[in-house]
Amino acid sequence: MATGVTILDPTNESTPATRQLLARPKSVNGHTIGLLDISKPRGNVFLDRLQERLEAQGAKVLRFAKPTFTKPAPVDLRHEIATQCTLVIEALAD
Amino acid sequence: MVTGMSSAVQLPDGLVIIAKRECATCQMVEPLLARIAQSDTPLAVYTQDDPTFGRAVNSQLDSDLSISWHHNIETVPTLLLVRNGVEVERTFGWSQSDWQRITGIADLGEDLPTTRPGCGSMSVDPDRVDALRALFTGSSVTSRTVEFSAAEDEFEAMYARGWTDGFPVIPPTRERVLKMLTGTTRAPQDVVAIAPPNLVELTVEKIAINAVMAGCLPEYLPWVIAALEAVCNDEFNMHGVLATTMPVGPVIVCNGPGTRAIGMNSGINAFGQGNRANNTIGRAVQLTIRNVGGGRPGEVDRATHGNPGKVSFCFAEDEEGSPFTSLASARGIPNGTNAVTVFAGEGPRCIVDQLARTPEELTNSFVACLETVHHPKLVLGFDAILTVSPDHGRVFAEAGWDRNRLIDEISQRSMRHGSQLIRGARDMAEGVPLHLSEATLPKFRPGGLLLTYAGGGAGLFSSVIAGWANGKIGSDPVTRVVSA
Repeated sequence: MATGVTILDPTNESTPATRQLLARPKSVNGHTIGLLDISKPRGNVFLDRLQERLEAQGAKVLRFAKPTFTKPAPVDLRHEIATQCTLVIEALAD
Repeated sequence: MVTGMSSAVQLPDGLVIIAKRECATCQMVEPLLARIAQSDTPLAVYTQDDPTFGRAVNSQLDSDLSISWHHNIETVPTLLLVRNGVEVERTFGWSQSDWQRITGIADLGEDLPTTRPGCGSMSVDPDRVDALRALFTGSSVTSRTVEFSAAEDEFEAMYARGWTDGFPVIPPTRERVLKMLTGTTRAPQDVVAIAPPNLVELTVEKIAINAVMAGCLPEYLPWVIAALEAVCNDEFNMHGVLATTMPVGPVIVCNGPGTRAIGMNSGINAFGQGNRANNTIGRAVQLTIRNVGGGRPGEVDRATHGNPGKVSFCFAEDEEGSPFTSLASARGIPNGTNAVTVFAGEGPRCIVDQLARTPEELTNSFVACLETVHHPKLVLGFDAILTVSPDHGRVFAEAGWDRNRLIDEISQRSMRHGSQLIRGARDMAEGVPLHLSEATLPKFRPGGLLLTYAGGGAGLFSSVIAGWANGKIGSDPVTRVVSA
């Protein structure tokens, strides 16, 4: 990815410079997971199966879709996902 | 600051000329170069722009301006004489007599005007100087770099990382930080203090980074450093000032001629918005405590309400207009010396008296308002800053009251009998312990009322800034000299 502005760290440098991921949960049970369909053909087939398997493990699944796969998800959609979901599965398939 | 100087930028012995084609004075002296080169003293010519300038004498291109930067060339042409690696002569622009003397050629440039000013060196071109400083002195700063992605808005990114006070901050790029560091003679790695609450070594460099973020100019940096020295010690007790549930933060009172040199406001709206120095010096102190010390609201900072001055609360005294000696001089700093006094204070509150025409009447109003500092029945435990305005100050000046007289009068007139102050008296549970019921007590401890003078020329108002628990259990005001 192209780089942007580089700055000098204003802190005491006791924490990592990049933002850290939260610890991975032991189970998906009770979590709300959003599945984002990027709107490519037959992506829904894959996501339907994923939803079945996650629900079988006790997760609640919400489905979202981008208007088009050619553009980043709109801010409102990202906000909707962030406020409604507790877990993210970061993945890309084609 | 000359750091990282290597042999590559060492000048050769003999005569050295630094010039650029773009400069008409350089063009005027170019025909003289061959004559100078024939003298017994070796000649080296450096050209900043056009490699053909001085080609007849085998000039060299100062392509990265390293020679010009490291030898502090501000004007071209500059003529130097170097002996045993040490510069012994320097003249800049064209001065017939200087050039003749330094080259030892008595009739050099006889047909030229006796003097002609030069042009600015490319190494001090405002468009280039910050990048050159980063290139040549960049190794003097050692902070970790943080690289944002192109898709990331740097202002949002800095907010998201928790580095701001809620307002946007200036991205502290290496160029900006190195420029900020030109405001002090102190080395970037000098440790100024141990920053609470996390007890981290606070270097000049980290202060400079936060000063950039706050919006400071380099000339403010010594004031920020002095204020941080003043808050990071047991007397001021910055850890306690953060941790207390009371609404206080560091209030910074600036004294000395430097306050005017950096354009601080001691007049209209002195406590308020609009002046860059006032607002960014205080902000830089707070950002440094937040980012380096780790003092953040909701964590170590437990203030019940806080106050807006915890973003920044910094002002200068109007020493020229004041009928009183300055706060700094009252605290042992010689007149004419730049100094900061830090005080753990809440927001300012106005004292209105538009009718008093005698100092006694006005003092009585001051006392009535000062008594309410935190609670009218609590005495001696809290200090306060009293800021007298020009309109009120005139009443004391005309009566010949000086600083000590006013403070003494306030102390005497604030004396209250313990029976009125003890817990339960006047149907208020709050108050001083019962054993003080027979004592007669002033509102403030000796030295606990800090008299200052500031404000616009119109308004029969003064101002009080109440403090936190004073003394060993809380905070004492601290004054520090501001050093370049």
